[in-house]
Amino acid sequence: MRALGQQFNTLLTLSWRNLWRNHRRTLIMLGAISVGVWAMIFMTALMRGMVDDMLDQGIRNLPGHIQIQHPLFLDDPSVVNNIPPPDGALQQALNQPGVKRWATRIRVPAVIASERESRGINLLGVEPAAEADLSGIPTQISDGRFLDSNQDEGIVIGARLARDLETRLGKRVVVMSQDPDNNISERGFRIVGIYRAEIAAMEEFNVYAARDTLQQLLGIDNRVSQIIAVGNDYRNIEPLYRRLAAATPDGLEIKPWYEIDTYLAAMFNMMDGFVLVWVIIIFMALSFGLVNTLVMAVFERVREIGLIQALGMRPRLIVYQILLESLLLLLTGLTIGNLLALVTVKPLESGLDVSIVAEGMAMMGAGSMLYPKLTLHDVVLANTVVIILGILTSILPAWRAARLNPVRALNTT
Amino acid sequence: MQTNVGLILAWRNLWRHGRRTWLTIGAMVFSNTLLIFSISLQFGSYDMMIDNTLHTFSGHLQLQHPRYLDENKMRYALADIDSVAQDLRDELGLSSVSARAAGFALASSAERSYGVQILGVDAAHEPLVSTLPGLVKQGRYLKPGASEEIVIGAVLARNLKISPGDELTFLGSGFDDSFAAGVVRVVGIFDSGVPDLDRAMAQVNLGYFQQTFAMRGHGHSIVVRASHIDEIEQLMQRISATLGGGADEVALRHWDELQPGLRQAIQADMTSAWFMYIVLIVLVAFSVLNTQLMAVLERTREFGTMMALGLKPSRLARLVMVETALMTALGLAIGITFGFFLTWYLSAVGFSYPGMEEMAVKFNLPDRMYPAISVISLTLGPGIVAVGSLLAAIYPATRLYLLLPIEAMRAV
Repeated sequence: MRALGQQFNTLLTLSWRNLWRNHRRTLIMLGAISVGVWAMIFMTALMRGMVDDMLDQGIRNLPGHIQIQHPLFLDDPSVVNNIPPPDGALQQALNQPGVKRWATRIRVPAVIASERESRGINLLGVEPAAEADLSGIPTQISDGRFLDSNQDEGIVIGARLARDLETRLGKRVVVMSQDPDNNISERGFRIVGIYRAEIAAMEEFNVYAARDTLQQLLGIDNRVSQIIAVGNDYRNIEPLYRRLAAATPDGLEIKPWYEIDTYLAAMFNMMDGFVLVWVIIIFMALSFGLVNTLVMAVFERVREIGLIQALGMRPRLIVYQILLESLLLLLTGLTIGNLLALVTVKPLESGLDVSIVAEGMAMMGAGSMLYPKLTLHDVVLANTVVIILGILTSILPAWRAARLNPVRALNTT
Repeated sequence: MQTNVGLILAWRNLWRHGRRTWLTIGAMVFSNTLLIFSISLQFGSYDMMIDNTLHTFSGHLQLQHPRYLDENKMRYALADIDSVAQDLRDELGLSSVSARAAGFALASSAERSYGVQILGVDAAHEPLVSTLPGLVKQGRYLKPGASEEIVIGAVLARNLKISPGDELTFLGSGFDDSFAAGVVRVVGIFDSGVPDLDRAMAQVNLGYFQQTFAMRGHGHSIVVRASHIDEIEQLMQRISATLGGGADEVALRHWDELQPGLRQAIQADMTSAWFMYIVLIVLVAFSVLNTQLMAVLERTREFGTMMALGLKPSRLARLVMVETALMTALGLAIGITFGFFLTWYLSAVGFSYPGMEEMAVKFNLPDRMYPAISVISLTLGPGIVAVGSLLAAIYPATRLYLLLPIEAMRAV
């Protein structure tokens, strides 16, 4: 055991020294590996930050991680497709830990009119206390206040909608919608708050009123459009979803966020694939240089390798020695690359202003600030891929070195 | 004759270490192929995004009231829109010019009511500026001049629970703030795949719209579609000239202004793509630097001898540069060949990846991608790789100027 350790130590020293016999070549290769690894991690952090932001915005916009509604509601968001508020088993399941917040809400198409203009909107009847955790709108109020109770008689609209309607805080607007019997029901609301949203279309489209007030307006007693639940982490919503699904009565439909918005789900799933492809492409561009370096290192040492073989070193140990050289090179490069990534990403974590392309980002569903996100998972992935593929590509040059014929090798000049 | 010797010398030097040369060329070929493919793919999808988005509805250029773009309101209208559009058609000799008016109304079927955007269109010219009329999947598009006809989006039809032949009532406010109401028959349902249009748009004939909404001949936009996207700038100049002094009352809007998200989404994508390309190019440059530095260092003795024989360092440096250039040329040729065939194959059969379908809908793209090969997409990436490689060889070449013949000849 000790002998083996000693052997390893010798090999390690040998490899490390070999690496620096031609320090220029090693430094260039280290430069290449460092830049490659830096680019892998830096780009991944940017993309990860952007996709996380998109998912965040997207889920707050749905809102919620899990929605329970009438089976026809998502396709036909009409007041007709309403459901009773949760009771019995479902209510119990919703009150269990694992559900961070749940609420019922009403969502109906409506028309809002000021003295001058009218617009088609998405009228939401919410429980104001839960809204901060669902859509986050209460934290985005720019003027006035958010609704303060389920019976609040006010209305909260987006800044853009207020501009379109040529109205402002404190003014009255008329909201028209239909009741389940297709009669137009309308009432006046005072604007108590104006909110701003990252995505302009939301600001124009979503209008918030209190749940009970709308139930009264629409004549639907205590019935609602949807039950919304938010878990602790949208990435891992499956267990909660299964638990709630088991408690959902027949005739209601329950859906997790990734089934409601397939674009979000696609972005979420594609991200991991993108990271892997990017890391592998960079590695491949690096691998040519790596193999080149090793082939050259073996080539210049043909005589030397012949000599140590003649002195009794096993071919296997020569393979190990070359692989160890490659591994040391990779590890040093990785260390520098990781540090570089850390140093460049950290200062940007407070946000990168991309507002010059804000409307383009909005088209993709992201906001105008980009928050790069360094995740352990991505860093580990990049490092693992580089080490494993790096060793694999080094096997061929190492194997060729070990197969040298000692007598011939000694006689080459 | 002299250059020929240099060339032969460089070429032979390259193959003294065939494996090393091929590995370096390999790095170039890999990057070039990848660059050609992804640049072609980018160009292809950008063109498609622009075409699909603009052709579906907004057109390339629009004439509007100066305030209409920012404040989408009924009262910011253009007078005599029909005759202005007709004049423009005559003046430009272009028939793809169509007038529109837009209003907002509550549309009710027997069962449901939804807020919709009602558009008054010139049914004779609308099909020339927008693909929407061609996307009518049930029934037919509006007949020119017919009143009390409406075509609506597929999602809206589903939500309203109506099909062609059914009646629809709409209620809105007119140009003079009066009530605007009408009963129309649904003649067609379009399915564009653009959620916003399918969910909330309806079209009626412009004449009928003007009458119902008390427009008194006004309209909101004149949409112009150029026969090719490259002709937009020229068309803009001609329209501006035609408008002459009337520029205060009319604003000419480029599609950039009509669809600001589109250009910016492309910019954002372009930036991230170029970051990746630059990293690839830098890595290739490292590869070349490594190879050429090795090639110079291992020939120290040889170079020393050549200098002792009277060759100037500049001549040797040129030799190193020629070697690099030859290597780069090989990488360029093979890379472009590979890139061309890969891209050409994919542009014929198209390709897709999991999750693309959902992305495609968001950006008005078909669910298969077809890269667009062009001279630019074939040469842009490889060209930069070549320049990067040559730049990387400068450092090894300058080392030759530091060489002292006597010492160099003694080097091992």
